Amino acid sequence: MKYGMEIAVAALIIVFAAVFLFQDAAIQASLGDGEEAWGGADGEAADLIEASGYEPWIEPFWAPPSGEIESLLFALQAAIGAVIIGYTFGYWRGSRKTA
Amino acid sequence: MHIMEGFLPSPWWQVWFLVSLPFIIIGLYQLNRLVQEKREALPLLAVAGAFVFVLSSLKLPSFNGSCSHPTGTGLGGVLFGPCIAAVLGLIVLVFQAVFLAHGGITTLGANVFSMGIAGPAVAYLIYKAGTRAGVNTYATIFLAAALADLVTYVVTSVQLALAFPGTAGFLGAFSAFAAIFAVTQVPLAIIEGAVIMLVFKYIVQLKPEILTRLDLLSESTIRKLREAAA
Repeated sequence: MKYGMEIAVAALIIVFAAVFLFQDAAIQASLGDGEEAWGGADGEAADLIEASGYEPWIEPFWAPPSGEIESLLFALQAAIGAVIIGYTFGYWRGSRKTA
Repeated sequence: MHIMEGFLPSPWWQVWFLVSLPFIIIGLYQLNRLVQEKREALPLLAVAGAFVFVLSSLKLPSFNGSCSHPTGTGLGGVLFGPCIAAVLGLIVLVFQAVFLAHGGITTLGANVFSMGIAGPAVAYLIYKAGTRAGVNTYATIFLAAALADLVTYVVTSVQLALAFPGTAGFLGAFSAFAAIFAVTQVPLAIIEGAVIMLVFKYIVQLKPEILTRLDLLSESTIRKLREAAA
């Protein structure tokens, strides 16, 4: 089948999203006031370390001043990558067609 | 899997810098040779690097109520080997440490080792073993990329457990960190494996000659894969 793999990957992502929605509903129902789910695993590991009394010995010299600016920079990072991927595949496809 | 700034005490952050350094040096040397001898592979190198950029910027929700991100380094590991993948990983990790306060400069050595070296090395070995054993190419790629992702987080757990054995000892600390990282990561690793498998299919369709030039696939295998997709 020509698009067999595409369909399989799309189905996998849909299942992934569906399980997320299902889990989210369960988690939100059991969440108390002011608690927030879906934090980063990196942060959870850091909390575990800090719970043992460890203090980080050095702070990042610059941190994004707000969540919005952080997501801007993450989006920028993804955009840079996506442009390069799109350009290269487009270039290959174009040169194949004209060859 | 980023260990945050200041979260590795001395001597561990220095140790991981020393461990990662030789891979980076060999990687730079190999990159230099690649640029001189196989220029036509450079766009593929750009794609491999760009994949690390995209995938490591996406924080995805996993099933257990926390978010984590795929690494994308498996593709670079399969295509160019772990040393060049280490250089690609280094670029992304520096970007994230400097602009995003995600990861850190002092923990860079440890993060390069887990994401840039250990994961891609596993991907590279699985790919070599899989092609030698004649396993379906796409299944091999899926497995290589998914396990590269997972191994990255297992290695991070080892790094943290070594630095913070606490009262539970290394194994106890390892299972505590692995419970946070590795469990979150399993579904994400599967997604990453599937996406990279798909990208590999497009490379086979559009630029198979690079893959033979890099000794990754023989011409007969490529012909078979392309016929199956037609």
